[in-house]
Amino acid sequence: MIAFESVEFVYPSGVKALDGVSLRIGDGEVVALMGENGAGKTTLLKHLNGLLKPTNGRVLVDGVDTRKATVAQLARTVGLVFQNAEDMFFSSSVWEEVAFALRNFGYGERVVERRVDWALKFMELEKYSDASPFMLSGGEKKRLALAVILAWSPKVIALDEPTTGQDQLQKEKLLQMIKLLREQGRTVIISTHDVEFAAQLKPRVILMRRGRIVADGEADEIFLDEELLGSCNLLPPQIVSLTKRLGFLGIEPSLKHPREVADEIIDRLEGLSRKA
Amino acid sequence: MRRAGEGASGGSRLGAEAVIKVDNLSFRYLGSEDYALKDVSLEVKRGDFVVLAGRSGCGKTTLLRCLNGLIPNFYEGDFSGRVLVCGMDTRETPPHILSQKAGLVFQNPDNQLFALSVEADVAFPLENLGLPREVILERVEWALKLLGIEDLRDRSPFELSGGQKQKVAIASILAMKPDVLLLDEPTSSLDPASAKSLIDSIVELNLREGLTIIISEHRLELLLPHASRLMVMDRGRIVYDSDPRSVLEGGDLLAYGIALPKVSEVARYVNLRGGCLRFEKIPLSVDEFVERVRGVVE
Repeated sequence: MIAFESVEFVYPSGVKALDGVSLRIGDGEVVALMGENGAGKTTLLKHLNGLLKPTNGRVLVDGVDTRKATVAQLARTVGLVFQNAEDMFFSSSVWEEVAFALRNFGYGERVVERRVDWALKFMELEKYSDASPFMLSGGEKKRLALAVILAWSPKVIALDEPTTGQDQLQKEKLLQMIKLLREQGRTVIISTHDVEFAAQLKPRVILMRRGRIVADGEADEIFLDEELLGSCNLLPPQIVSLTKRLGFLGIEPSLKHPREVADEIIDRLEGLSRKA
Repeated sequence: MRRAGEGASGGSRLGAEAVIKVDNLSFRYLGSEDYALKDVSLEVKRGDFVVLAGRSGCGKTTLLRCLNGLIPNFYEGDFSGRVLVCGMDTRETPPHILSQKAGLVFQNPDNQLFALSVEADVAFPLENLGLPREVILERVEWALKLLGIEDLRDRSPFELSGGQKQKVAIASILAMKPDVLLLDEPTSSLDPASAKSLIDSIVELNLREGLTIIISEHRLELLLPHASRLMVMDRGRIVYDSDPRSVLEGGDLLAYGIALPKVSEVARYVNLRGGCLRFEKIPLSVDEFVERVRGVVE
């Protein structure tokens, strides 16, 4: 369980990035933090593993006050994947990059080997095992950063803008992975402004603007509120824009699957023609 | 003047002058085993609006780098075949001449901006070319206006939002009056409203100025309604090159990492089920979709 209690965070420059954030995230929840650039999403994520500590208020991770724990301690519970994944690589090979943290946590070499192989395979990176992390493309680096975290299997996984620069197949893969993590009972917290991706994931959505939480609810409800989304520089998913325009058929705005929307349209049209 | 989208029957416009001509281009980066581009040939006509799509790592960025001469003049590797920009071979043309023909906008605008003010940033490449002062002023004005960022002229690029920065980066390229504007996933770090605003500006440049555009993007729903061509790449080759609707109707695009716009997906399901509604032409926008349904109701 994660709890933010009236958290304020002020950067040394004087910018107040979090302005009174109170929030509870239960075990096994999938949460999307959404909002425009600069809204405070990344700052919030960095509070989860103690990289940043609140200026005022407090953050509790499984009851532990992050100000009283080191990042290394918190990292066992919370794995955070940065947006600029390439900034954190330092090993000579992709394989070693994934193995590093595991060895640090004290796992035996056989476990390390098995987990690294599994994580690289899962993220489709096994063919790069011996390559330098710096030779990878942007999308591949992102997947490597994820593999690093997945390998040590923390209870809470936080991903900062995981879909940036990823093509649709990789996004679907990411979607499956998050669903798998959800089934395993892990907590997944992502920041994203990829509305279409979030529409498929259907997470609990927390909308942020200027360091504050402006809305907190289910995707089905938040994504229908065009005005609210607009105030956070977001656009509704296209399926919502479409169903909103089909009111003349008696169709309600929704976040349904395209197949269901297609069925609904035909059913309504057939109903109309029977009446006529 | 040509309007984007008119080429819907055949992709590129017949008869127009070729701005870019690529013949049997292959390229392999130094130290890499695989070829990033394999025997690519294509032609882009003046006024075309080309969307480049495909899985990450399929060669989009490499192709764009070839089109403005960064490859092979800056990146080393095995280069074969030929790229002509406005009839000039990229291997034989000095960068400062080429940059006035084909300007490339990168994913991350921070790599392109460095001056103290927006105006200075846009003027910088022109000063480098040694243009007269009045020409520079006039071009800067023109470029700022086209992107709708006149009010940002005195601001520091570093205090701008990501979307504003990207517009400044485009303005600084436009001020060179290139024949082709190349953009490499320009919206990838922007929030949706900023991305839409940027894409609207790019569409306007094509519609109003007739500027030739080649843009790589993962999210297509904002671009496809305006594009004249959709070029899909896979492992260094071009696998589709036609007007967007034909490509969408023809292929299994998910295999190439491409998401169909949701309206197109709904239309596909409608056609699969069959019945009183059928889309002869797959809609690319909500407007097109709704118009068709209204037609059936009335």
